[in-house]
Amino acid sequence: MDDLIKEFLIESHENLDRLERDLVELEKDPHDKETLSSIFRTIHTLKGSAGFLSYSRLEAVSHSAENLLSKMRDGVLVINPEITGALLSTVDVVRTMLGEVESDGAPLERDYSALIQLLDRLKDGFSGETASVASADAGGEASAGAALSAGAALEAIPLESEPEPVTAVEPTVAQIPTVAQIPTAEVPVAAVAKPEAVKPAAPAAEAAKPLAAAKVEAPKAASPAPKAVAPAAKAASPQAEHHEASGASEHGESRSSAASDSSIRVDVGLLDKLMNLVGELVLARNQVLQFTEHNADSSFLATAQRLNLITTELQGSAMKTRMQPIGNIWSKLPRVVRDLSASCGKQIRLEMEGKETELDKTIIEAIKDPLTHIVRNSVDHGVETPDVRVERGKPAEGCLKMRAFHEGGQVNIEIIDDGGGINLDRVKNKAVQRGLITGDTAARMGDHEALQLIFMPGFSTAETVTNVSGRGVGMDVVKTNIEKIGGTVDLQSQYGKGTTLKIKIPLTLAIIPALVVTSDGERFAIPQISLVELVRLNAESISQQVESIHGAPVYRLRGKLLPLVYLNRELKLDAQGAAADDQGVNIVVLQADGNQFGLVVDEINDTQEIVVKPLGKQLKGVACFAGATIMGDGRVALILDVLGLAQQSRVLAEVRERTALMEAGTEGRKVRDDRQTLLIFSAGQDTRIAIPLSLVARLEEFPRAAVEHSAGRPVIRYRGQILPLIKVAEHLPLVHAVAEEENESMQVVVYSENGRSVGLIVGKIEDIVTETITAKRHAFGNGILGSVVIQDRVTDLLDVHSIIRASDPSFPIGGSVSTAA
Amino acid sequence: MKPNKQFVTFNLDSLFLGVDVLKVQEVIRYQQMTRVPTAPTMVEGLINLRGQIITAIDLRRRLKLADRPADHLPMNVVVRTDDGALSLLVDEIGDVVEIDDRSFERVPETVTGLVRDLISGVYKLDGRLLLILDTEKAACLPPTFAHAASKA
Repeated sequence: MDDLIKEFLIESHENLDRLERDLVELEKDPHDKETLSSIFRTIHTLKGSAGFLSYSRLEAVSHSAENLLSKMRDGVLVINPEITGALLSTVDVVRTMLGEVESDGAPLERDYSALIQLLDRLKDGFSGETASVASADAGGEASAGAALSAGAALEAIPLESEPEPVTAVEPTVAQIPTVAQIPTAEVPVAAVAKPEAVKPAAPAAEAAKPLAAAKVEAPKAASPAPKAVAPAAKAASPQAEHHEASGASEHGESRSSAASDSSIRVDVGLLDKLMNLVGELVLARNQVLQFTEHNADSSFLATAQRLNLITTELQGSAMKTRMQPIGNIWSKLPRVVRDLSASCGKQIRLEMEGKETELDKTIIEAIKDPLTHIVRNSVDHGVETPDVRVERGKPAEGCLKMRAFHEGGQVNIEIIDDGGGINLDRVKNKAVQRGLITGDTAARMGDHEALQLIFMPGFSTAETVTNVSGRGVGMDVVKTNIEKIGGTVDLQSQYGKGTTLKIKIPLTLAIIPALVVTSDGERFAIPQISLVELVRLNAESISQQVESIHGAPVYRLRGKLLPLVYLNRELKLDAQGAAADDQGVNIVVLQADGNQFGLVVDEINDTQEIVVKPLGKQLKGVACFAGATIMGDGRVALILDVLGLAQQSRVLAEVRERTALMEAGTEGRKVRDDRQTLLIFSAGQDTRIAIPLSLVARLEEFPRAAVEHSAGRPVIRYRGQILPLIKVAEHLPLVHAVAEEENESMQVVVYSENGRSVGLIVGKIEDIVTETITAKRHAFGNGILGSVVIQDRVTDLLDVHSIIRASDPSFPIGGSVSTAA
Repeated sequence: MKPNKQFVTFNLDSLFLGVDVLKVQEVIRYQQMTRVPTAPTMVEGLINLRGQIITAIDLRRRLKLADRPADHLPMNVVVRTDDGALSLLVDEIGDVVEIDDRSFERVPETVTGLVRDLISGVYKLDGRLLLILDTEKAACLPPTFAHAASKA
C-alpha cells in the first residue's frame, strides 16, 4: 500500500478516536468551545485528506458533518443527542470506509446518502426554522436553503483570503495541514455573515413567487454578497476576540504539536523485535558477568561492568518504548458507556482516575476486551435505571468509576459502580437451576464463594444472568484472559450498594526479576513478585522450629504457622534433599493468592533478571511451571508457577474445592479470602472440634502428672509462668471425656491475649486444614459457635472466648468473638 | 507426477524412519538438557538452541519402544512444527535420501499400535522399508499423558 495512504489511515484512525472522545465530552458540556473547535478541526482534516486522496464518498460524508459542525460553532445550533448520534454514526461510517480502504484500496460503493441527508437536515434544523418564519408564505425552505448555500458559496470568496492573519496567529505545524486552519477563520466570519445572507434570502424568496425560483434567487441572493463581505471585514473584531479566547488552547496545541514533532511512528513488530533482542542481550550480559567471577583481568572487569550498566539502561529504555498509558484503551469507554446507557435508558457518569498509568503494550492489548466487557456489564446490569435509583434513595445519575494505579510492581485497575450490586441468593439459585452446583453446595457456600460462581463458564450464557443480577455474561472469559497474562480478578459486591471489580496485572511480561534456587542440582527461577522473604534455619533449630502436624511440616514464622512445601518432593526429584536437614534448610516464603507458604529448597543462589520464554505445548499440562529461561551459563532453567505449585501441594485447599466445583464444570481459580486455617482435634468419641489457627499461640504436650492446682483450679508451670488450664470437654455438652483421662500426657492448646495465656486441654489433635467454611449451623451457646462441614465431616466450631470467660471471667478478651462466623 | 522427495533418515530401535527434509530445521549432537520434573516421561528435557528453548522428546518413549541403552547418546533432530521447533531424540542419524514417489505405499492394515498412528506411509527402498514419521502427530502428546502430568 502507498505510504501516503497508510499514513492517512493511521492518522485518520487516531483522529476518529479523538473525535469520539470529544463528542461525548461535548455532549456533557455543550458550551465547551475548545472541544468543539477540536472536533471541527479533526473533521476538517479528515475531509481535506480524503479530498486530497480523492476518496469522494469519504469527503462527502465528512463535508456534511463539517457543515453541521460549522453551525454549531456559529452558535446557531447547540448540540443535542440527535446531533451527537448523527456525528457518532458519521464516525462509524468513516471508520467502515477506512477499513475498506485498508483492505480493498478504496471505499466500497455504498450509499451513504441517508446519513448525509440526516446531517444536512440537522444542519438545516436551524436555517429551516428561521427561514420559515421569514418566508412562510413562500414555503421556500428549499429556496431559502438554496439562497443560503449561494450565500455560503459567496462567503467562501472572502474567506479564502482571510486565513492569512489567522495562520499567522496560530503557529502552523507541519503535521496539521494548512487547510485545517481555515475553519478557524471561517467561523467568526460566517457568524456575522450568515444572518445577513439569510435575511435577504427571505424577500428574495417572496419576490420569486411567480418566477422560476432558481433564476431570480441567484442574482438576488448574490446581491447581499457585498454585505456578506463587509461584515467579513467587521468580523475582524469577533475574530480577535475568538483568538484571545482560544489563545490558551492554541498555546497548548503548539506545545503538544511540538511533542508530536519530536516523536515518530514505529512499527510494533519492530519494537517486539527490539525487545526480543534486548532479552537476548540481557542473557548474554548475564553470561559475561558469570565469567567475571573467575577472571581477575581488571580491564575485562571494567568492560563487563560497563556492559552491565548499559544493558540495564537499554533494557529500561526498550521497555519504556512499549509502555502505553492505560488511557489509550479507556478512551473508547466513554462512548461505550454513552451508547449503552442511552439504549438502556440509564444515566451514567463515567469517572476515570489514573489514565496516565503505564502498561506494557501486550498487556494493554490483552486487557482491552475484558475491560470493555466489564464496563458493559456494569452499565447494562450493574447500575439501575434512574427511577429505581431514586426509589432507593440514590441520585438518579449512576456513577461508574475506573481507577488505575501502580502498586508493588503491579498495576491495579478497579471498576467501581454504585449500582444494585449482586444478589447472591439469586446467583446461587441460578447456578443450581443451571445445574452448575447442587443445592447442597449452594447452601454451604460463603458469600465470597458464591460471588465466584459468576466466573464459572456455564454461568455466562444468555439472558439467565441478565435476569439474575447482571455480572456474568462472559465473565469467565474475562477472568481467563486476565489470568493468562498473570493477573488476578477479584469481585466484591454489596447488594444494593454496588460492585467493585479489582484487577491486578503485572507491568510487563517479557523480562522479570526472579530468585534463582537449586533443588537436587536443578535450578529454578521464582518470580520475585511472589517472593515474601527468605529464612534460613540451621541444623539445631530445625528440630525445634519445624514441627509436624499429622505429617504436614509447619514452621513458626513470628508466631504464625507457615506450611512448608519441599520442592524436591513436589517435583518428585531424588530425595537427596532430605539429607540436607543436617545442615539446615532454606525456606523461601512465597505468597500465592493471599496465602503464604514456605518452599524448602536446597540452595538459594541469587536474584537475576530473566527473560521469560513459553514452554512448548507438550508441557502445557504441567502445573508447576510458568515457563523457562536461559541462565547465564547458557543452560535452561524452569520458572516455577507459584500458584500452580501451591495448588498442587494443597497449600491452597483449592484442589479439593475445585474438584467439588469441577462437578459443576468450572476450571476457574478462586481468590480466597474467606478461607480459614483450622486446627481440628477430637474431644471424646465422634466429636470433632475446630478452632481457628489464628487463635492458637502454641501447641504443647504436658504429662498429666505435671498438673497442679491453684485456688481449686488446674494450672501448670509453663515457661516460668503459671498457666491456668481449662478442660474443653467439661464445657461441651454431651461429650464423654472419660477415655482421655487414661492417657499419660495431654494435648494443650495455648491461647494468649494481652500478655496472659490460658491452656485448653483438648483431646487428640488431628489435623490442620485450610478450608472455606461452608454449611454452617448456628449457635447452640454452650461453648459451640456452630457446626461446619470440614473434610466431609461435621465439625463443631469451638467458641474459645466464651469458654475462657466461663472459667475465668477476669481473663482479658479484647474484641468480640472473632471466629469463623 | 510430483518431483521426488527428499527425506532425512534415522534409526530408532529396529525402525528405519524418515522425515521430510523440508520439515527438518537441523540435526545436532546430544546436548545437555534441563529435566522437567513431573512432565510426561517422554519429555526428555529442554535445550537451549541459540537462545530458543526447545522441548526434546524421546522418540523411543513416544513410540513406546524399549529404552535406549544408557551408554548410547541420542541425536537431536530439530523439526519445525505448527507450534514451533521441537527436538526428536533418535538413535542414529542416516543419510538424506531422495526417493521416487512411486515407491510410496500406505501403511498396511496389519501394522498396529502407536507406530501405525504416527506413520504416514512407507517407501520401499532396496532391501529395506523407510517409514515416514508424521511429525505433527509426534509433537502432540497423547491426551492421557498430558492429563496424567497435570494430575501428578
